[in-house]
Amino acid sequence: MGGRGNPTASRPAFKPGHWKGETMQLTSRRTLVRSAAICAVLLTAAVQGFALGGKEAAAPAKHVTPANPRIRLATTTSTENSGLLAYLLPFFTEDTGYTVDVVAVGTGAALKLGENADADVVLVHARAQEDAFMAAGHGAERRDVMYNDFIIVGPKSDPAGLSHSTSSIDAFTKLAAGGTPFISRGDKSGTNIKELDIWKAAKITPSGSWYKEAGQGMEQVLLMADGLQGYTLTDRGTWIAVKDKTSLVISYEGEAGLFNPYGVITVAPSKNPAINAFGAKAFLDWITSKRGQDLIASYKLGGQTLFFPSYKP
Amino acid sequence: MTIMTSLGFSLWSTTFSVIPGVPLGAALFLARFKGKRGVVAILNATMAVPTVVVGLFVYSFISRSGPLGFLNIMFAPGGVILGQTMLAFPLVMAMSYTGLQKLDHRYAETLLTLGAGPWHRVMAVIREGRYVIVQAVLAAFGRVTGEVGVSMMLGGNIRWYTRTMTTTIALDASKGEFERAVSLGVVLLTVALAINFMSHLAVRNVR
Repeated sequence: MGGRGNPTASRPAFKPGHWKGETMQLTSRRTLVRSAAICAVLLTAAVQGFALGGKEAAAPAKHVTPANPRIRLATTTSTENSGLLAYLLPFFTEDTGYTVDVVAVGTGAALKLGENADADVVLVHARAQEDAFMAAGHGAERRDVMYNDFIIVGPKSDPAGLSHSTSSIDAFTKLAAGGTPFISRGDKSGTNIKELDIWKAAKITPSGSWYKEAGQGMEQVLLMADGLQGYTLTDRGTWIAVKDKTSLVISYEGEAGLFNPYGVITVAPSKNPAINAFGAKAFLDWITSKRGQDLIASYKLGGQTLFFPSYKP
Repeated sequence: MTIMTSLGFSLWSTTFSVIPGVPLGAALFLARFKGKRGVVAILNATMAVPTVVVGLFVYSFISRSGPLGFLNIMFAPGGVILGQTMLAFPLVMAMSYTGLQKLDHRYAETLLTLGAGPWHRVMAVIREGRYVIVQAVLAAFGRVTGEVGVSMMLGGNIRWYTRTMTTTIALDASKGEFERAVSLGVVLLTVALAINFMSHLAVRNVR
């Protein structure tokens, strides 16, 4: 360590007898004071950062402040990416005072988060899995919320000729003939589960270079399908939200088997004391209330309704 | 604002990793024991652990059904900060240790011959090597600001709560909204460059 003058020059010369005395203590005290000052600066800056972040989070006005004002909602990428939750949740916060932390993953992962008690309430779309979740005692209450439908989208030129399909099974059989890429979510999401159900119904095990498992959210998969000029299965909500960014068109739609219902489930509070049971119940009640259902119906993108309310008391 | 959230998380996790990391690095520099080379090798190896592995490891602990579930910091700022601290700690310790090697060896020996106690020696070495320590701290800050694995996995990318610059970029890119992703990328790049520049200045001060 050269330069900067002699670092020890300013200190008194070391004398063995003095070592444990004033000299060293002075040094270490000064060091401590300095490091404390540096820490203080860092902490203040961090606190300020948090305060700013906090202000943003608290932006929507609150009427009442519940004991535990944060609810964690595990949901599918379709409800988040379509913009529905960003539209609904400010109303919910205004009405009830709860802030909802949205963790957007696939349906399979969302249910897993509920099972591990890492979510208070889940909003998903895979009825068989939802029923299994309830049967296993992970959920406290389940209600229908809304529905839309699945569609198959693909290149405008429709190289696999899907537009003349008689059913979704027929369409998938044509896809399996190969040639055109098919992008699968491959992430156990509700859409992925639906896709696998159709393959099973068609008695086909999809494999080969035309079948691409993306392991990504719906929007990303749609963009990939556009990039590869291939087909994919999507929910209509996400499609409406994303379609302007792609050159794809709807290749097949309208079959009753492509019905896509969404359900809300509160996680059983007995699983873990940290679960915000009151908040979860408030969310379930609100989204199935007349106000919640009307708001779902009123959410439109480009003049089109994305989700249709379906709760029947 | 995601930028403030990001910097807030990074400042906290850097602070928490520096408090034990720097003294431990200095202690390792001073200590003489059998198997020290092995410890150093392991320490250097931990610097290379991928962020998602750290994330996964911490995830299994802080999930409400995990051993630290009672803390309730999963998908909350605390979880991200804990994960980032785990990520930065080996980096701070290893860089402090490596950086202090540049000190004149006689310095540590002199301290020893003068009969300084262990704590005094650690503090004196840190004081003497403060410029390389600053580099270590800045490098840690840079790593936690730029990582995406831990923030995504432990924070859950919750809007206005745990959404950081890196997870916003990942989300925007997946939604095909590249404009905002690119502008945030520029901010991130600026932070990274500023840190490197500061780190460079710190070294130049030594000479």
